[in-house]
Amino acid sequence: MPEPDTAPPAPAPDHPRPPAAAGGGGSTPRPPLLPLLGIGAIVLSLGAALAWAAGWTGGRLTAQQMTDTIEAGGGNHPGFRRAHSKGVCVSGVFRGNGAAQKLSTARVFAQTETPVLGRLSIGGGSPQAPEAKARVRSLALLLRSDDGQEWRTAMNSFPFFVVATPEGFQAQAEASLPDPATGKPDPARQADFARRFPEARKFQEWARSAPWSNSWANTPYNGVNAFRFHAADGSEHFVRWSFRPQAAFEPLSPEQREQADADFLQQDLAARLAQGPLRWDLVLTVAAPGDPVNDPSQPWPEAREQIVAGTLTLDASQPQAGGPCRDINYDPLILPRGISASDDPVLAARSAVYAHSFNRREREIAFGRTQATATGAQQ
Amino acid sequence: MSTDESTAAAAVHSIPAASAPSSAPSAQGAAVAGAPTQLPVPAHFNAAARLLHWLMAPLILAMLFVGVAMMASVHNRPWMVDLHRPLGIAILALALLRLGNRLRHPPPPLPADLPRWQARAAVASHWLLYALFIAMPLIGWAMLSAGGYPVEMIGGLHLPPLLPQDVTLYAVLRTAHGWLAKLLFATVLLHLAAALFHAWVRRDGVFSSMARGRSAPD
Ligand code: HEM
Ligand code: HEM
Repeated sequence: MPEPDTAPPAPAPDHPRPPAAAGGGGSTPRPPLLPLLGIGAIVLSLGAALAWAAGWTGGRLTAQQMTDTIEAGGGNHPGFRRAHSKGVCVSGVFRGNGAAQKLSTARVFAQTETPVLGRLSIGGGSPQAPEAKARVRSLALLLRSDDGQEWRTAMNSFPFFVVATPEGFQAQAEASLPDPATGKPDPARQADFARRFPEARKFQEWARSAPWSNSWANTPYNGVNAFRFHAADGSEHFVRWSFRPQAAFEPLSPEQREQADADFLQQDLAARLAQGPLRWDLVLTVAAPGDPVNDPSQPWPEAREQIVAGTLTLDASQPQAGGPCRDINYDPLILPRGISASDDPVLAARSAVYAHSFNRREREIAFGRTQATATGAQQ
Repeated sequence: MSTDESTAAAAVHSIPAASAPSSAPSAQGAAVAGAPTQLPVPAHFNAAARLLHWLMAPLILAMLFVGVAMMASVHNRPWMVDLHRPLGIAILALALLRLGNRLRHPPPPLPADLPRWQARAAVASHWLLYALFIAMPLIGWAMLSAGGYPVEMIGGLHLPPLLPQDVTLYAVLRTAHGWLAKLLFATVLLHLAAALFHAWVRRDGVFSSMARGRSAPD
């Protein structure tokens, strides 16, 4: 019986009368004060503890605050993703070549063909943004293997992340908010961010100097965060993955970026898909001992072992409004057996913030707080 | 032992409890202040009810705390949500067992002198708790299905979807999961306050009917 551990101590008759209650000693029993105070204190402290756990007492960075800040930076676009808002649904298959089976038991690496539901997008919070000017392009994938396991991943064209931690991401998002006085980010806050998070310099250098290609199809997409791969023999490796385009690089000049149509990448994608499917190789990079596996802002040395694990083939696209990728949360922690998360704090934060972004946009669509541009509903 | 509060309930509580080691079910029935009824009226919840009660109480509280914490936490969501799903399904199983036990074994009666509104509130809140113990996990499971998520348990095991993927179903169920969790927390606090009121203020044996053993076998 559990009562020795769990039952509060004194049941009724054995309980000594508290002095406050005994005080009167008169004929009419007055409600004993101490027990009532005790009950009130217990109930209030439980309530306070829950409020603390829920982050309502402040003092800590919460996933809600991070989502709010991203929202503030992107403008008000109900029904859309709070980040990477502009994009299209894509579909196709992933064909594993078996080479990754030595690293992971995940069925996708053994199965000949796994259906894929994906999304190509650009960074930023505006669903109307001019695509050609977006520095960051992205690919999200959902692979469901025949054992029912799911692998979701959301990848970007940058080779490493801006910052090492969610706190760094939040500081950057806050520093990028327009100052109400000038309509531009406050240079003092930006300088402060750069000082506190020096790792961001590498990223700014990448953004300044990396070549611009002219298509989603000839862009590489990098998972950036490290994951644990579990092999059949019980061994474990830290791995980062990338999808490397088979389409040849073609540049996009600064003049083209200025002049291009807002839907430039979507139009290019449609034109290319009309010619035939688009392909990327899945490249797995295996960490060596001592490589930073919990810090997505640190690239690993070039010399690391790489394994081409298979090929992604995309052969169709659909607008996201009303498309099958609209109501998907590409949470990077939805992983199949054989792959699990590292302790990378950015990964944990992504999972938490994507959940809020997803809940907000799904509620907006369901409860009619958005427009047809988001839902794809026919007027 | 002060037995001065000689309400009917105190008698129901203390007499069979005192004579428990040697008492048979019939003896217990007879103990109800000479009540003419043939049904044995238990002084305590049966062992299964008490076991399930004290097992589920910390689990439910843990689910509520983990639930709100994993929505706020920037660092701890992964392990919390991995705990939340299977624990919630375990609560569903325990709640169904408990409901079955409750329907087959009536609980001890409330003290006869309990104000009517309190007795009514007790009955209503107990059924509300049962309803929420069953509804919360079912809604959690259904909302993940409607949101297009895999319903992961432990070791990569997935539960089958309860519903097709649908944005409206997801939004309604997700909203319900959050609000009913608040209702559950409020009801649990009320329940706790009432239980302690019985234990420390009324001292009428209601608390010990769940806290203590020695009920007759049934
Ligand atoms: C703490 C860091 C990060 C935060 C707070 C964050 C936040 C977000 C949010 C709010 C969304 C919208 C989610 C939705 O509504 O479904 C999103 C989407 C996305 N994020 Fe992140 N992100 C972070 C880091 C990253 C990193 C490191 C990558 C990739 C390497 C990445 C790639 C993507 C992609 C590709 C999408 C679009 C997914 C889709 O098409 O649905 N993010 N991010
Ligand atoms: C007694 C059972 C349960 C209780 C008391 C409970 C409680 C909670 C609470 C308090 C929250 C936070 C709500 C909010 O902040 O809006 C939550 C969220 C959640 N619950 Fe439960 N829950 C239960 C069962 C389940 C089950 C069985 C599942 C799934 C199989 C589940 C899945 C979830 C998920 C995935 C979330 C987070 C949703 C999101 O990210 O938006 N819950 N739950």
